[in-house]
Amino acid sequence: MSANTAATTRRYFVPKPSPYPALLSFAIMLLAIGLALRVNGYPAGQWIAWVGLASIVFALVRWLGNVIGESEGGFYHKWEDRSFRLGMIWFIISEVVLFATLFGVLFYERNVSVPWLASLDTHFTPWPHFADAWPTAGPLGKSFATVNPWRIPALNTLLLLSSGATVTRAHHWLKHDRRGALIFWLAATILLGVIFLVLQANEFYEAYTELGLTLGSGVYGATFFALTGLHGFHVTVGVVMLTAILVRIVRGHFDPSHHFAFEAVSWYWHFVDVVWMLLFVFVYWL
Amino acid sequence: MSSAITDLGHHHAHDEPKGLARWLTTTNHKDIGILYMLFGLTMFLLGGVFAELIRVQLIHPANHLVTPEVYNQIITLHGLVMVFGALMPVTAGFANYLIPMMIGAPDMALPRLNNWGFWLLPPAAIVLVLPFILKLFGIGNGPVDTGWTMYAPLSVQGGLGVDFAIFAIFLLGASSLMASINIVVTIFNLRAPGMALMKMPLFVWSWLMTSFLLIAVFPALIAGSAMLLADRHFGTHFFSAAGGGDPVLWEHLFWFFGHPEVYILLFPTAGILSQILPTFARKPIFGYRAQVYSYWAIAALSVVVWAHHMFTSGMPVAGQLYFMYSTMLISVPLAILFFCWLATIWKGSLTFETPMLFALGYIVLFGIGGLTGLVLADAVADQQYHNSFFLVAHFHYALFGGPIMGVIAGVYYWLPKITGRMYSERLGKLHFWLTMIGFNITFMSQFFLGVAGMPRRIPDYALQFAPLNLVSSLGAFLLGAAQLILVYNIARAWAGYGQPATSQVWEGAHGLEFTLPSPPPHHTFDEQPVIA
Ligand code: HEM
Ligand SMILES: [Cu+2]
Repeated sequence: MSANTAATTRRYFVPKPSPYPALLSFAIMLLAIGLALRVNGYPAGQWIAWVGLASIVFALVRWLGNVIGESEGGFYHKWEDRSFRLGMIWFIISEVVLFATLFGVLFYERNVSVPWLASLDTHFTPWPHFADAWPTAGPLGKSFATVNPWRIPALNTLLLLSSGATVTRAHHWLKHDRRGALIFWLAATILLGVIFLVLQANEFYEAYTELGLTLGSGVYGATFFALTGLHGFHVTVGVVMLTAILVRIVRGHFDPSHHFAFEAVSWYWHFVDVVWMLLFVFVYWL
Repeated sequence: MSSAITDLGHHHAHDEPKGLARWLTTTNHKDIGILYMLFGLTMFLLGGVFAELIRVQLIHPANHLVTPEVYNQIITLHGLVMVFGALMPVTAGFANYLIPMMIGAPDMALPRLNNWGFWLLPPAAIVLVLPFILKLFGIGNGPVDTGWTMYAPLSVQGGLGVDFAIFAIFLLGASSLMASINIVVTIFNLRAPGMALMKMPLFVWSWLMTSFLLIAVFPALIAGSAMLLADRHFGTHFFSAAGGGDPVLWEHLFWFFGHPEVYILLFPTAGILSQILPTFARKPIFGYRAQVYSYWAIAALSVVVWAHHMFTSGMPVAGQLYFMYSTMLISVPLAILFFCWLATIWKGSLTFETPMLFALGYIVLFGIGGLTGLVLADAVADQQYHNSFFLVAHFHYALFGGPIMGVIAGVYYWLPKITGRMYSERLGKLHFWLTMIGFNITFMSQFFLGVAGMPRRIPDYALQFAPLNLVSSLGAFLLGAAQLILVYNIARAWAGYGQPATSQVWEGAHGLEFTLPSPPPHHTFDEQPVIA
């Protein structure tokens, strides 16, 4: 292989040294140490965790501030933009694997571990009145019911589906440089997301207080909260990011041809949407 | 292009931070590559200390050097530190340092993210070993002691060290995912004009596959570890039959990650080998295409064979058969790699500088690792060999014989490029021979111990195993001591001693990195070359 002396003229933007990535890492370390101590009953862990969390927020805000400054300063061109797009796509792929794992766990419990336990000698059942049923009631021995999919979850499905439409609408107006309509549809998306979260929180509350569906109520409860909880966390992150984008738009950031951050967040939002559809079908309904 | 870019992107040397601040804040792929490699070397030494402690404990039966609890902590940390602390970071260091130079890129695609990916590692290492120190203050009973595979229910019941290990896994996972995303994006977006995918050096290909695998499997371990944390503290029953769960589910999650992980460790060094062999055989690489396709085949197969680690955990016969045959199938693309390596050196004008010696050692030792893997892959035979020292010997031939030998070969190969100084060839050769001899004494004896029935992960053993354990321990001391030569050779070149290296370094070396001066300037390819 030989390198021609002819060189290209295009230049890639390499940011200057930044203290925030390392700061962020050590902040995350504090959070990890704090939490590890806290779950083992050392109250001091809580304070370490809070310091870590505050430093995380600080580092992230500063770091993203730099990114926004560079973006608005015109340092990113087509070439850099393509890196960001590819990066976001591969990040979402890794998130797909994360959720796929939990769906795999759901499948395993339903089709392997519970039926196998049921196939054992009846003297060895894990708890009294254990039956090969899904959703399984678990060992708590209290009354147990699952969330009715056709009430709040169905409504939540509608909410998230429409939020996917509204964010697409917002993108449309961004491309046509109609700020008013853009702000309206983006704000509508955020509002739908917030209502979803409130309903979801309410559902968790009812699950605990009325249904007897808890983290401890056997594998169905555990997986139910793992999947819906992780999803809810993603919605929360999505709402925060959409809000940040909204603030930037109000401040006059982005233009019709240059708005990767907006698109990245909307990809993320659509991803979270699709995950919810799968949740609705496999966790709530079937 | 606008001059603004030049101002921010090519800031002048005088506003670069100095000293520690430089390393903490750097966005330069060479700096970050060096950080990764030095971190990996440090962890290699730490993991080595644990290894020597294990062998001191096992030097004779009824030894009371450490308590059984501490012994378990040492073997667990040895495994975790070597895999996640030494091998993965060191190969990521090679990737960071070399890939941009090999494909004619100005830097990595996402330089700040790159820095973050590295700096998550020291915190992860601290979190992992912190319980050693906490114990001194009466907090907890030391670090994780479950074995690196962290099987439930032991890991559900273990002490606080398990929680620290879980959090360390979260940090390591974030770091690996970030590094992988960065590498994929760099390869897809930053290649110089004319650098088609099928023209890329095989090392670059090997890291592309490694990154794909990391993105495809590390999230599964993260999810599994989070579930383990929940089982330990939040009342869930994912891994406990008492609530309808299953401890074997952990094994599935762990090995869905864990088996591809062995190829994650292997791939980059297979790539290194394919850079080194043509250089010292003075022949072009044989079967470039075949090797790329083998990479794809290995990567694809590696995610569907995981339960060969679970033949004794209880599985329907159909499952045993499937995992047995699919595992054996992987040896086909692996054998193609071996064939290409041998064909590359076949009838070449060989010289035996240290990198070449380690590369040849790799082929021999890793060959033994692969063949004994086939023995273990036999679901019936594995009932006997599983969790015996035969298994321990297999994966040390596979992991030290392959990846570690490959990394050492790579270090000797590119050290002159990185430091601008040649290492001592005499000491390099000595290092190689002592390593070869020490390694085979240490681990060949363990095959026999395993066949004779000695189980792994025990601090004491029956008298009949005493002679071979003594042999193995003596070999391990030699092997450990030999690695100090490597440290010396690196330090010597680093400090600026030794012959100055030319740009090409090796007579037969090809590739863009060898067109640059040794050491290369801080920023290379601000203007991309056009590849003919
Ligand atoms: C043709 C190639 C290979 C085959 C057929 C193979 C097969 C196997 C099998 C069946 C086991 C499980 C044995 C048991 O638990 O009883 C095993 C364990 C292992 N193998 Fe391999 N292997 C191969 C190559 C490799 C490579 C390339 C590496 C690493 C670079 C590797 C690293 C390991 C490790 C670390 C373990 C043990 C993990 C543990 O239990 O702690 N193997 N191998
Ligand atoms: Cu395996």
